[in-house]
Amino acid sequence: MMADGSALSASLDLLAYSPPGWGANLLRGLGNTVLIALGAYGVGMFLGTLGAFGKLYGGPLTRDLLGLYTTLVRAIPELVLILILYFAVTDLVNQALLALGYARIQISGVAAGIMVLGVVQGAYATEVLRGAIQSVPAGQIEAARAMGMSPLLVARRITLPLMLPAAIPGMANLWMIVTKDTALLAVVGFNELVQESRQAAGTTKAFFTFFMAAGVLFLCMSLVSNQIFARIEAWANKGTKRGGI
Amino acid sequence: MFDDKTAKAQRPIAIKVEGLRKSFGSHEVLKGVSLTARTGDVVAIIGGSGSGKSTMLRCINFLETPSGGQIEIGGEAVAMNATGAPTDRRQLERLRQSLGMVFQSFNLWTHMTVLENLIEVPVHVLKTPRAQAVETARALLARVGLAEKENAYPAFMSGGQQQRAAIARALAIGPKAMLFDEPTSALDPELVGEVLAVIRALADEGRTMILVTHEMKFAREVADHVIYLHNGVIEEEGPPSAVFGAPQSARLKQFLSSVG
Repeated sequence: MMADGSALSASLDLLAYSPPGWGANLLRGLGNTVLIALGAYGVGMFLGTLGAFGKLYGGPLTRDLLGLYTTLVRAIPELVLILILYFAVTDLVNQALLALGYARIQISGVAAGIMVLGVVQGAYATEVLRGAIQSVPAGQIEAARAMGMSPLLVARRITLPLMLPAAIPGMANLWMIVTKDTALLAVVGFNELVQESRQAAGTTKAFFTFFMAAGVLFLCMSLVSNQIFARIEAWANKGTKRGGI
Repeated sequence: MFDDKTAKAQRPIAIKVEGLRKSFGSHEVLKGVSLTARTGDVVAIIGGSGSGKSTMLRCINFLETPSGGQIEIGGEAVAMNATGAPTDRRQLERLRQSLGMVFQSFNLWTHMTVLENLIEVPVHVLKTPRAQAVETARALLARVGLAEKENAYPAFMSGGQQQRAAIARALAIGPKAMLFDEPTSALDPELVGEVLAVIRALADEGRTMILVTHEMKFAREVADHVIYLHNGVIEEEGPPSAVFGAPQSARLKQFLSSVG
């Protein structure tokens, strides 16, 4: 009992917010994880919306290019994509800059993380949203066109809100995936939650304590997200017998 | 307003269809049909299933792209290329804003309340001030007997109520003509009467209307001109007294006896 009690208090000391505890580092890592996840999710939704409309209504060339994008990105492991996009793209950008007579730039870890995961999310979101758009009853879109709405207005006022109920379960899945995919950015040395935990664990040798702490923080993030998505889903289903008024 | 038959020829042409053809693949649904509706006219299009009557109506506002022919709305020809595709999107959108379309399956926007359905196009397309659009919408809802339903969502209304709301939505854009595509075909029999009453009131106030319908008795009562379509051609047309009272072609006689 004595030993258990002192082990627990030693763990809590290690997790304390101020040094020598590592709590501040873990929270900073969590903050970075949330920041990248939100950014990548936003980029992904934007690319996914364009991709879905492009695949459904675009010309043959647009459809082929988008098909190439979704096929490649979904076929290659995220880890490999991150390495390719981070190192290769950084290198290409710098070579281009040098060729044009500019100085090399250092791409920030946050910006690179958001871009890389955003491109990955965009490919999956394209398919989720394409399916959701197809679930919108054709008659309601026809009614909008028949009264002289422009295609852009039809998309914004009619198609997008009507597809939400079908899109939200898939989009909630993508959010869960992106929060966990941020951990992959540890391979490019970015200090998100897993990287911070690993550093703390490596320094103190308290592996169990820090990886459990990281797991608990991921769980909390997921529980909060579930609540938020439940509310969004109820709102998007307004006017239907599923969602009530 | 325009009930003086002698003045008919002086009324402006609201909708003119000339030599309209439409093919789906190798199947020719419309083989050159024409129609003229002057302001205040009620034109009924009747015919069996597959006769092309809905397609003809849907070509007028280009929900179906014609394969050939000419469409004029309010005296203005819709710009189209040799294959029938519209070439001026903005012109088409502007002309569509003068046509109120009512569909068989209502097609109210299910994520909006009835009032929101009615003000959607006036506010976002026609740029009517919101307060004015709401006022117009409430007056229209009162006219179709749905004043109490302005905050209801379509999913919670009967088919008859939804169709009356859809008619009010079409009227809310201030259309020069109304297009009805089998407006009572999806309704339970006991709900047909309330919708027909609304359409009849519109006919009585001199609205220009083109009506595709299976309700022969109703067509006979409200229409000024009846077109009978068969296999994509106009088999017979004329005033309802002639088309229903003294049909000439064997096909029309057979059709009228089969629909009773």
